[in-house]
Amino acid sequence: MSEIAQPFAPRVSASLVRVANTPAARRIAAVLVLILAWELAAILQNNPIMLPRFSATVLAAIDAIRSDNIVGAVWVSLSVLLKGYAIALAVTLALVAAAAVNGFARDMLQMLTAMLNPLPAIALLPLALLWFGLGETSIIFVLCHAVVWPLSLAALTGFDTVPPTQRLVGRNYGLSGPKFLALILIPAALPSLLSGLKIGWAFAWRTLIAAELVFGVTSGSGGLGWFIFRNRNDLLTDKVFAGLATVIAIGLLVEILVFRTIEQRTVRRWGMAR
Amino acid sequence: MSINRDVAVFDQYRAATKAPVLAAEHLSLGYAGASGVVAAVDDVSFKIAEGDRLVLLGPSGCGKSSILRAVAGFHTPTRGRILSRGRPIDGPGPDRVVVFQEFDQLLPWKSARENVAFPLVHARGESRRLARERADEALELVGLLRARNSYPHELSGGMKQRVAIARALAMEPDVLLMDEPFAALDALTRRKMQSDLLAVVERVGATLLFVTHSIQEAVMIGTHLHLLSPHPGRTVAEFEVTGRSDAERKSTVREVERLLVGEEVAA
Repeated sequence: MSEIAQPFAPRVSASLVRVANTPAARRIAAVLVLILAWELAAILQNNPIMLPRFSATVLAAIDAIRSDNIVGAVWVSLSVLLKGYAIALAVTLALVAAAAVNGFARDMLQMLTAMLNPLPAIALLPLALLWFGLGETSIIFVLCHAVVWPLSLAALTGFDTVPPTQRLVGRNYGLSGPKFLALILIPAALPSLLSGLKIGWAFAWRTLIAAELVFGVTSGSGGLGWFIFRNRNDLLTDKVFAGLATVIAIGLLVEILVFRTIEQRTVRRWGMAR
Repeated sequence: MSINRDVAVFDQYRAATKAPVLAAEHLSLGYAGASGVVAAVDDVSFKIAEGDRLVLLGPSGCGKSSILRAVAGFHTPTRGRILSRGRPIDGPGPDRVVVFQEFDQLLPWKSARENVAFPLVHARGESRRLARERADEALELVGLLRARNSYPHELSGGMKQRVAIARALAMEPDVLLMDEPFAALDALTRRKMQSDLLAVVERVGATLLFVTHSIQEAVMIGTHLHLLSPHPGRTVAEFEVTGRSDAERKSTVREVERLLVGEEVAA
């Protein structure tokens, strides 16, 4: 029996080691360790209002999907986010286009970007409420602020760092104006533009959740931030955790499904980004 | 005897009827420096006839690259003018295609084939299908048809320069402008690229304006040499490279060395 088992055992352990060494396996292991630590901490704490157990949070998430309409809250948040993001893109496009044709507009944009980029968008919320009242417009205003400046900065840097030779190649073939922009400048600046879009998205997402926490309901149904806030008021801490996990999950999902996919098919494939 | 005389007569006839494809007349170039305009090139003239390969040769600071960029239309001369088929040039244009020294002249977001097809579609207005066919032909000419679907970052420096040459040749420009295209390559690759370029250019009968600081490269590639001295760039000598045998090349190299290096020592 030992004669059969011996040559077999090392092979199994070797392939196990190989599987365990893949990045995916290591990541899953890290998550499992975190969950275990959470569960242990919650058991030791023994106070579900302060720190619910992981298992309780999972059940609360299922309950939130079934009876508390967390999916609806996610949808409310995402639709506001998409609106704000789209408006911010249009505004940035207009600003950067103006900066591209006019030197003064360029100086203005550079100064505004330098000034407003460090200002947290959520700090503008009180002012936005004063100007636009309690509602979606205020949230969209702060969302735009969160996206426009980092994206403008990335676009300006991106266009500035287009290799001079590639500009000359475009001019050599007689390209100018919108054709030069579309065929040379934008693809050449794509790594920078994509990272600007990514940063803009991340800023917009956290700004939105923060804004919803501050004043909750807009037009009848609340978003994900409001879901978290409401359940905290009811001391349903397990649902608060479920809400937070949803915020994380959506952030990661967009990062992986949208941005990483685009990067893999463009700038990484072209060797323009590592 | 009579055959030789006929050849001589034919050469004279050809010289008389060959209108220059490109001419620079009393060209002076300057740059805005800290204290006014700095002269880079002073009163340089040359003519390039159809099928000629003119090499601008000189040390760094002789303004040879500046001349090429002016011919490409990227700089405006401070004095003199540049004529393309008898007409003064007006900015850059696809009748004068440049092959640069820098490897990043290929657009990284396009495959080798798309890079070659790109100006055919966007500067000449050819259909995508035709442009792709012509791109394949041009890539075959430089021996890179296999790599047509590779992106520039997957190609070596020498291969990138080959693609750039294919892209330029596919445009069938009046004159092909080459700005030290092999300067960033290792010595072995450079030798191979030089002989391959010569073969391709002779095969398609391209007209060339070639800039280099390498005497060996100039004598190997050029039919005509134009020697320049530095600060500012002035004409030292110009002559036709006649003999192509090894011995004749060696004597040309010696002559060029005497003219360029001798002058520098004297100055």
